[in-house]
Amino acid sequence: MTEMTDRPTVPVPGLPCDAEGPVFREPWEAQAFAMALALHARGVFTWPEWAATLGAEIKRAQAAGDPDTGETYYRHWLNALERLVAEKGVADAATLDRYRHAWGHAADRTPHGTPIELRPDDFR
Amino acid sequence: MSGHDHDHPHEHGSELSETQLRVRALETVLTEKGYVDPAALDAIVETYETKVGPRNGAAVVAKAWSDPAFKQALLKDATAAVNTLGHVSRVGDHLVAVENTPQRHNMIVCTLCSCYPWEVLGLPPVWYKSAPYRSRAVKDPRGVLADFGVELPKDTEIRVWDSTAETRFLVLPMRPAGTEGWSEERLAALVTRDSMIGTGLARTPAELAQ
Repeated sequence: MTEMTDRPTVPVPGLPCDAEGPVFREPWEAQAFAMALALHARGVFTWPEWAATLGAEIKRAQAAGDPDTGETYYRHWLNALERLVAEKGVADAATLDRYRHAWGHAADRTPHGTPIELRPDDFR
Repeated sequence: MSGHDHDHPHEHGSELSETQLRVRALETVLTEKGYVDPAALDAIVETYETKVGPRNGAAVVAKAWSDPAFKQALLKDATAAVNTLGHVSRVGDHLVAVENTPQRHNMIVCTLCSCYPWEVLGLPPVWYKSAPYRSRAVKDPRGVLADFGVELPKDTEIRVWDSTAETRFLVLPMRPAGTEGWSEERLAALVTRDSMIGTGLARTPAELAQ
């Protein structure tokens, strides 16, 4: 939580000249963005459903103390994605947890500088 | 999905943050179930990072400045008009263009989340997604404009349009003076992303020359 409360809540940081600035801060943000578009294209959810879920996640984060300055935006995006994926019966939270732990295991056993790949034994 | 950030800390030198693990998990599950294709995801990212972006919107604005019939069509049905230019329209079937005039300045916002006309402007800037912008744009649009260095005549009305998942807005900025006879390509260089959100004005020929 400290990283969030330490962040100043600046009123509309200007950046008006930064027309071609980076749109994603980290690659995972781009991946999360693309997954939402791909799932929508597959008909998993509609844009109104998406907007309602994302809006609800943002409200929930604000209530929990997130300053919601835009920098945490893709966290809300990811929360909304996980929630809709579960609600639509695509993948439940337990499945996502299992894969998350497996990726954690894969990351831990992979030496620095080597691409991290998931193996069946990561699920044990 | 609460609690994800707390029950499995990776403080023992893992290469991946908790958030990265969640994204990888989601992508792997969706790929295995056949919902997404990693190559297609990369293509989406590439499209939105490089091919789609404010330049598409700028081309639309420049055409509207040069071609009265296109401008009329754009203001009547922006989705249809933009589609005649061959732009990809993935999101928001209902695009509405709102025209700035000396009497009225338009600004767009999404107070609920961050609905944005991706197909013509690319991905939204960070400030557009921030709570301060989302709340202040409605309550104090003149103050927000001042933050962006824009000062309008006192008698210019400021109209703020709240986007939704179904209806997204594109501001058609005023054509700068001194651009008579310019080609669409030259005009497009004057059109900034912010001028199409309404937090800026189109560049003047003098600003472009700088």
